[in-house]
Amino acid sequence: MKKNMRWILVIMSITMITFGALRGEINIVLEKAIMICFECIGLG
Amino acid sequence: MKRRLTQWISTILFNIQGANFFTGKISTSPTKNICVPGLNCYSCPGAIGSCPIGALQAVAANAKFKISLYVLGIMMLYGSLMGRWICGYACPFGLVQDLLYKIKTRKFKLIKPLKYGKYFVLVYFVLLFPVLFVNNYNVGRPGFCTYICPSGTLFASFPLLLTNPSLRNALGMIFNIKVAILLFILVSSVFVYRIFCQMLCPLGAFYAPFNKIAFYQYKVDMDICVECGLCEKACQMGINPVTHPNHLDCVRCQDCIHVCPVNAIQPIKHFTKPIQLEKGDIS
Repeated sequence: MKKNMRWILVIMSITMITFGALRGEINIVLEKAIMICFECIGLG
Repeated sequence: MKRRLTQWISTILFNIQGANFFTGKISTSPTKNICVPGLNCYSCPGAIGSCPIGALQAVAANAKFKISLYVLGIMMLYGSLMGRWICGYACPFGLVQDLLYKIKTRKFKLIKPLKYGKYFVLVYFVLLFPVLFVNNYNVGRPGFCTYICPSGTLFASFPLLLTNPSLRNALGMIFNIKVAILLFILVSSVFVYRIFCQMLCPLGAFYAPFNKIAFYQYKVDMDICVECGLCEKACQMGINPVTHPNHLDCVRCQDCIHVCPVNAIQPIKHFTKPIQLEKGDIS
């Protein structure tokens, strides 16, 4: 049961990554990550 | 020792562009579209990957999406494979706390109700805040990064502020709050083991349930356990590994494994074939 659950989670994760990437989330992550994040450094 | 080495290697690998610390710039590497497993701010000058908690909030704060399937998928994948092993072995901020805890002084255990704080931080500051508090353009802000994240203050704020006078001129009250939180965590880490991980870390809160189902798990062989209690004494998280080998708070530091006199606690090996005995193998 637990073993199946692990594999279901892995397959679900890969599906979510693929679906998220296809709908353009990767660009948002990259755009945020390559510019200085003012919130992260405490400028609000 | 092996754990400390793994922690240093992951910290260096996640922040491999060290030269940026002197130029005051951050990496623009395309690898930043992938999230690293631990809490490692993407505004840290050397970072070559994204912080999963930061990325999750960044997508949720965007006007187009309210939840990030991409980032949640990556986090679920890490969690399903390793659970909170990541906290113990691959988190740069975990390493900072471990080093501070090595300072010899009187140590204290965290009271149990405070351990639920991290789940509140995950739900309110990470998942809800960027969606609920939006401006006129339907753009939110990352609550955890803005008001709490001590990793961002330590690894991103200080190096960038030291090398950018223009950023220093823009500092205000929020920066003071974040520095106060960071100082509180750094000082209390000397007395309480991994206080941030136990009390506030939303990434730890996310990985916690995966300890029960991840591929990396512990098992206790009750046939050889002598119930000496050494493992429970050794556990800095206040867990009894015999009764709860895969407890939500376990960061897989392996102290219980090393202290067990009969090797009753072991990680489960999923991909090794059982030994097949044949006739004549046992005399």
